[in-house]
Amino acid sequence: MSKKLRQMKRSTRSRVFTYALVIVAFVVIQLLRTFKDGGVGSVLEGQLIPICAYIVMALALNLVVGISGELSLGHAGFMSIGAFAGSAFAIALQGIMPLSPLRLALAMVFGAIVAAVLGFLIGVPVLRLNGDYLAIVTLAFGEIIKSIVTNIYLAMDGKGLHFSFLNDTIELEDGGVELIRGPMGVMNTQRISTFIAGFVLVLIALTVIFNLVNSRTGRAIMAARDNRIAAESVGISVTKYKMIAFVVSAALAGAAGTLYGLSQTTFVATKFDFNTSILILVFVVLGGLGNMWGSVIAAAALTILPEALRQFSELRMLVYAIVLILVMIATNNPTMRSFFGRIGDKLRRQAPEQKGGAAQ
Amino acid sequence: MKKLRILSLALAGALCVSMLAGCGSSDQGSANTPAAGGETTPAGTETGSTATGTAFKLGGTGPLTGGAAIYGLAAQRGAQIAVEEINAEGGDIQFELRYEDDVHVAETAVNAYNTLKEWGMQISLGSVTSTPGIATSVLNFEDRIFALTPSASSPDVIEGKDNVFQMCFSDPNQGLASAQYIYEQGLGEKVFIIWKNDDVYSTGIKDQFVAEAEALGLEVVGDATFTEDTQNDFTVQVSQAQQAGADLIFLPIYYQPASLILSQAAATGYTPKFFGVDGMDGILTMDGFDPALAEGVMLLTPFNADSDDEATQNFVSKYQELYNETPNQFAADAYDCVYAYKLALETAGCTPDMSAADICDALIEVFPTITLTGLTGDGAGITWDSTGAVSKSPKGMIIENGAYVGMD
Amino acid sequence: MVFLNYLINGISLGSIYAIIALGYTMVYGIAKMLNFAHGDVIMVGSYICFFAVSAYQLPTVVGILLAMAVCTVLGVVIEGLAYKPLRQAGSLAVLITAIGVSYFLQNAAQRLWSSNPKIFPPIVPREWSISLFDGQLSISVLTIITIAACIVIMLGLTFFTGKTKMGKAMRACSEDKAAAQLMGINVNRTISMTFAIGSALAAIAGVLLCSAYQTLVPTTGSMPGIKAFTAAVFGGIGSIPGALLGGLLLGVIEILAGGYISTQLQNAIVFAVLIVVLLVKPAGLLGKAVREKV
Repeated sequence: MSKKLRQMKRSTRSRVFTYALVIVAFVVIQLLRTFKDGGVGSVLEGQLIPICAYIVMALALNLVVGISGELSLGHAGFMSIGAFAGSAFAIALQGIMPLSPLRLALAMVFGAIVAAVLGFLIGVPVLRLNGDYLAIVTLAFGEIIKSIVTNIYLAMDGKGLHFSFLNDTIELEDGGVELIRGPMGVMNTQRISTFIAGFVLVLIALTVIFNLVNSRTGRAIMAARDNRIAAESVGISVTKYKMIAFVVSAALAGAAGTLYGLSQTTFVATKFDFNTSILILVFVVLGGLGNMWGSVIAAAALTILPEALRQFSELRMLVYAIVLILVMIATNNPTMRSFFGRIGDKLRRQAPEQKGGAAQ
Repeated sequence: MKKLRILSLALAGALCVSMLAGCGSSDQGSANTPAAGGETTPAGTETGSTATGTAFKLGGTGPLTGGAAIYGLAAQRGAQIAVEEINAEGGDIQFELRYEDDVHVAETAVNAYNTLKEWGMQISLGSVTSTPGIATSVLNFEDRIFALTPSASSPDVIEGKDNVFQMCFSDPNQGLASAQYIYEQGLGEKVFIIWKNDDVYSTGIKDQFVAEAEALGLEVVGDATFTEDTQNDFTVQVSQAQQAGADLIFLPIYYQPASLILSQAAATGYTPKFFGVDGMDGILTMDGFDPALAEGVMLLTPFNADSDDEATQNFVSKYQELYNETPNQFAADAYDCVYAYKLALETAGCTPDMSAADICDALIEVFPTITLTGLTGDGAGITWDSTGAVSKSPKGMIIENGAYVGMD
Repeated sequence: MVFLNYLINGISLGSIYAIIALGYTMVYGIAKMLNFAHGDVIMVGSYICFFAVSAYQLPTVVGILLAMAVCTVLGVVIEGLAYKPLRQAGSLAVLITAIGVSYFLQNAAQRLWSSNPKIFPPIVPREWSISLFDGQLSISVLTIITIAACIVIMLGLTFFTGKTKMGKAMRACSEDKAAAQLMGINVNRTISMTFAIGSALAAIAGVLLCSAYQTLVPTTGSMPGIKAFTAAVFGGIGSIPGALLGGLLLGVIEILAGGYISTQLQNAIVFAVLIVVLLVKPAGLLGKAVREKV
């Protein structure tokens, strides 16, 4: 087994490891939930679906930041669109389609499509820019999405859909339902997201991203990242390939948003603000640019960490900030890196037989 | 270099685990969230749990950090004072209080709620703010843990949930009462509203105010709004009100932005009447606020820190002693919540060894029947109907010479 | 007349953005990093001045100087502890570290000074104003001071970077660090100096911001920080006159958008204008377009 693993290409090994990591984690958690008294505890239980959603968000953002090399500071906007569109869709279908897994799946597809369309529209202007200018424009779009979504009112009754903007002018018939309530966000009467759906979505995201990265398209995307001019000179349409990465990422973020939205009783547009975008970026950078399993672990660990730090109460965020700074310095400072590198070498020399897929 | 990443992640993981392990042993000590004044007085938890060894586990979530921390901390401290008083008396009902931080975010509130559930919470103070309150109230309903929220005022918090009650007026009721009050007292001819667009509380009051004003024939000449991100400048809103010829500006918002509106209106020499809601309470307690700016501001509020009432005086002086600031209505509502629980638990004959679900069933029966003379009851007392909505009379106040004076 | 009123309010808000943006631009120009903690340095400066003036009864001028001194030290310490170890690292690592610093400052401030809003004592009474056109238009003295401060700072910085030795060293570092080092410039010291100046400016901006908008809470700096960052990009990041122009335009657009279109969409409009400007001029209004090297 270990021999076979060593013979694999590095990227393949990393892929196998990522799938294995996700599947093992899922199986362990499911076993605990089914057989252990009290399951995984109510705190973690309540976090399972958000963790899945954040993992998918981190994977989606990693595709843009790590693989395509563009810094996006507004990815929470796509999550927001997915959450609102998907939830509205699911609530609207509640009467027609009682089977909730199917409704959830359709809602996620819908959320993904809406986010992808928006991703394309935003991508057209954004991808003409470079570097920090591109970053600030994505930030701007994130803020615009937040402002607009906060002012959308959408409701449905016997006469069909009603939409109003800025002020709630909708007069509903009896039995009508409010789908999106402007600043009050969405109220879900049923929370239809499940942990299994979250797991499936993580697997889908991984499959989509790995297949994309290991295709001709993916190589073109990375070529454009590494040297734009060289890539252009061999006939790669840089904008087109960056656009593919951006739209796929937006679609995944939209699906993650739907999963998240339908796991919450209520959520508001201001939840998906700049801070949420940054939070997801932190997952990606901490997990490693372009490193998918790193994103998975970082997203899960950093979602659990603030909860685990609860006993520190008011010091919690202070500790979180310090940990963040220290980890960034530890992983990026040359002196610290060589220090850890030496420890790593020593460990490896002592235990050469343990070198498996995990230690690449 | 990837091994470095693994190492750092492992380090972070180890840190995480060590903290988890560390907390396991310190759980008892931290049950009482260390508030600023926690060190100066014997913690309520200890008096509670050591006196009889049988205390009701009372939990609540609220923003203890972040931009909305002022509301969460006030509620936590108000409840803490009540718990300490009750435990010091040494009666049959003893409480063990624990507040968890929700940063005014629904998702974190759910985590905070689950933390309290794992701790063994028997009765709940819900959440302090509305959006998190809606999220946790659903869980309260599903888990059959009774909740009485001090200040989550959205009607969505109690709607359809038999075991979730409110201590504060619901938002629409405030809007309704304000419109009626302004109309009946003839306070203004042309009303302008400045409200906060991304706030459930403000939107709820404003919508109902507009509807009621229309029904009464009170003229609303316009409205302007702002968001969390644009609440550092109100020159536009103020000049819109001035152009509209408004003689009364209705402010269904919290006191922090309101103080800026007062100041910017004064700076332009525009002097309409200002009418606020319970969120305006606290404006006089801001460090460095010039009370002259608030002269003549009217508000409907259930609580008045300057009241001569003995219970209020007692509460205010204790709060000032412990936390070095004047309590606002959040603190008073939370204080009343704890006393309401005491009264209800006594009436229902509950004991701390009962399960949360049994206590819940008993309290659902009892709550609509009790009358509490609380700090926020204005002498007439506080009652609830079976939907969970509170009934207490809001008090019209006007600020004169830097103090509240009753308006009628 | 209403328009003029909006315009003046916009310029007043814009000059504060501009002072913050000047700090941003200086730091970006030399360290090539988005210092998201800049807004929080503003907040710290305001608290220092607040306590100096209201708790210790010091004169306002002393309060401002004290705030500048503390912020200067704070800026240099942050740079030395958090950013210097990452000089060689990718820009993303620095960005995340800056965000970590920002969280740290906000939470430390909450811990130290509580989240209760403080009312900032203005440097001159807010009611002082000059009436024009029979009182139809009034300009507050505070607005005039803010605009004047902004212009003085901009001129000072232009002189400093253009004429002094340190300023020239800064420009050299921002062009090419390796070459600057070869020419005998102490790059580390120059960068520290930039942070010192940027942070001192932040203290002034904080005092003016809180004088005009009075409330002071631990999150006071974050939104103006982001807006000022937007303003810096708007004007062309790295350019000193660009920061001034960007800040002023942003303030004016924000107020006019609120006044004539919708206060609900105020922020959305500001950011939409930014996007349009960047599409037409990808390096901002006064920024230099850098040709890509093959």
